Amino acid sequence: MARKTIRTIPQQRTPIPVQEPAERVHNFDEVARGYSEDNALLESERCLMCPQPACVPACPVHIDIPGFIAKIVGRDYRGAYDTIADANLLPAICGRVCPQEDQCEGVCPVGETLEPVAIGRLERWVGDLAIREGWSNRPWVQPNGFRIGIVGSGPAGIACAADLAKAGCDVTIYEAFHKPGGVLRYGIPDFRLPESVISAEIANLERLGVKIECNTLVGRLFTIEQMIDEMGFHAVFIGTGAGTPRFMDIPGEFLNGVVSANELLTRCNLMQAGDFPAHDTPLGLGRRVAVIGSGNTAMDAMRVSLRLGAEKVYCIYRRTLEESPARREELEHAEEEGVEFHWLSAPVEILDDGHGNVRGMRCIRMELGEPDSSGRRRPVPVAGSDFEFEADTVVYAIGTSANPIIGQTSKIRLNKWGFIDTDDRMATSLAGVYAGGDIVTGGATVILAMGAGRTAARSMKEYLGIRESECLYEDLREDPDKGLFGFPRQERNFVRIRTL
Amino acid sequence: MYETEAIAPHPIQPPAGGYRSAGVTIVRREDFSDVTYLLELDHPMMARAARPGQFVIVMSQEGGERIPLTIADFDRDRGTITLVIQAVGKTTRQMQQDCQAGTRLISVTGPMGEPSHIADVGKVVCVGGGLGVAPVYPQARAFKQAGAYVIGVIGFRDRSLVFWDDKFRAVCDEFIVCSNDGSVGLRGLVTDGLKQVIAAHPDIAEVVAIGPPVMMKACAETTRPHGIRTTVSLNPVMVDGTGMCGGCRVKLNDGMKFACVDGPDFDGHQVDFDDLINRLHRFAQQEKLAVEKWTEDCRARL
Repeated sequence: MARKTIRTIPQQRTPIPVQEPAERVHNFDEVARGYSEDNALLESERCLMCPQPACVPACPVHIDIPGFIAKIVGRDYRGAYDTIADANLLPAICGRVCPQEDQCEGVCPVGETLEPVAIGRLERWVGDLAIREGWSNRPWVQPNGFRIGIVGSGPAGIACAADLAKAGCDVTIYEAFHKPGGVLRYGIPDFRLPESVISAEIANLERLGVKIECNTLVGRLFTIEQMIDEMGFHAVFIGTGAGTPRFMDIPGEFLNGVVSANELLTRCNLMQAGDFPAHDTPLGLGRRVAVIGSGNTAMDAMRVSLRLGAEKVYCIYRRTLEESPARREELEHAEEEGVEFHWLSAPVEILDDGHGNVRGMRCIRMELGEPDSSGRRRPVPVAGSDFEFEADTVVYAIGTSANPIIGQTSKIRLNKWGFIDTDDRMATSLAGVYAGGDIVTGGATVILAMGAGRTAARSMKEYLGIRESECLYEDLREDPDKGLFGFPRQERNFVRIRTL
Repeated sequence: MYETEAIAPHPIQPPAGGYRSAGVTIVRREDFSDVTYLLELDHPMMARAARPGQFVIVMSQEGGERIPLTIADFDRDRGTITLVIQAVGKTTRQMQQDCQAGTRLISVTGPMGEPSHIADVGKVVCVGGGLGVAPVYPQARAFKQAGAYVIGVIGFRDRSLVFWDDKFRAVCDEFIVCSNDGSVGLRGLVTDGLKQVIAAHPDIAEVVAIGPPVMMKACAETTRPHGIRTTVSLNPVMVDGTGMCGGCRVKLNDGMKFACVDGPDFDGHQVDFDDLINRLHRFAQQEKLAVEKWTEDCRARL
């Protein structure tokens, strides 16, 4: 096959079918419906198959991107899944929630002239296909006798658990909530990441032999030190995630009707408060909702509010669209759905209706001054530009502080902000204890947490003296009746992993 | 290149091992009155970890809400923890109806919160009002074990609601029961009992007060002029109980704290109780609706 060039590939990025805004604000179904097989085949043709791809190092988990796309081109979809699953256990999740424009797609050379290859959409298509077809790469590993304890079943913990289970470790994940998944479950709404996808991906993890214990608050039920000293874990990974929500210390923050985005999303996603009273957890959402902040969590909070019947949803952000930390796609979706953006506005006070409830908000206009330490232009209040508007719910989505529980109950060293102090290999101050994700870095993304979990897993293997394992794939599709390792055909859903 | 001898595949765990099927078994139930009941739960690990002042989050059934309940007692030998519950809302009423010895709660998580600071402080007064009598008991016992001189003051509306007075008598050096109507012990509120104690003992080092917010507020106001350190245990609206949602924030003189991870014990002289009371009414409408709907559903089933 002649080498593809920028002129020979399909020029247009294949659009992804989406639900129309007017329709989708009334349901929790996914906004982006996902590629069809034809869409995926067309889009996969746009990959130039660079000999030294820039996208692979740009991926926090280093998926062999041209490799899996080449398999799609060759209609070897199972092979595409194998290639992704080698690096990433959760393609259906990452294909949806990764900020690809800052990672793989951001460095794609096609993007220099045209729109970059839609790597995320292709990954999602493969992931969804794997769930539909029931593919899972169940490894055939020799147990190595090491026991690993993982604190938190969010993306960092899941990624770390998968790598260590594939290496032959006996892995137990502890989760404080009654369902596993961490932020994937309580934080990301169904229209971005359906519950069924999370459950399928977690079932894959359990197929790897990972045990998940819910309703277990590590630190309080038992400590990190006890896990090592008494419970027989040879190494521990801490991925406890986000901490307490930040507030601004302005008047009115204690009024009823003021909630953190974490609380709103947890009530709605994990506890299904939108179904109250069929589900017992109430939501208490007003008709006019003001969300402070403009990150991805703020977008989620706003779009959830719209779907739960809010008539007006305002976004209050002290900088402009340019500085907004949310993904462009999320901003566009929010705007299409009817969110009113108020850029260059900072809250001054939340107003009381006289009965302890929110009746509105007073804000002040800002203008952009000199760039600050983050390189973004610092917003400066414009004197006398105060304005008021009515609202009955105010949602804070301006980030989180460190969760204190592990620090309160362990001698582990924290940094000055209260996050767990690790070296660049994710080792903490306690021997055998590693940490990663939001509890180390503060609020970040799902894929960065997964990357941290994988880095920690590599370090833990080194610490335990486990040598790198090798994945050996056997192509079953060429000769379906050929026996694989003497196993009957129906049990052949294996990847063989052999420790070197 | 492949090893040919049969290597057993890694044993596959039953789906979802711990979390879907696990739950906590109720080993004993006791009714103190027509609204107050006790559940003793089989949870050896939690019994070992629990300390006075901590709480659990309970979900009684699928689709239920997560409710915080203070641990009223724990028995490390039996491997149990005890909750004392008042049937006030939909969930607690339903639990009163459904929970029996042998049944299960689908999710009990804890112990949560910072344990109370227990030491031989000299003279300590443990004040419990209504349902707060239960969680103050392990504190009284722990202070006694630490060597402190423990004065118990507990209050109920009337004689029919009294429970655990015998348990208190066993761990208190002095003990006063109060009742609103005088049907048992001292006639009056717990603050009347507390005033009596303060008058008799000029050297009280600490007061621990647990009960409804108005009662804790009154206790804090009673001790404020005397400058006695007063610890209260707050129970605001919570969802996760692990320091993530921020629903349980309470207003103190020196700023915002989160009851689930910074508390639940706070200095009663610092707490803005009016704010706490307002925030406890946050879901008043929904609570009423849930109770009405549940009552109707129960009637329909008869």
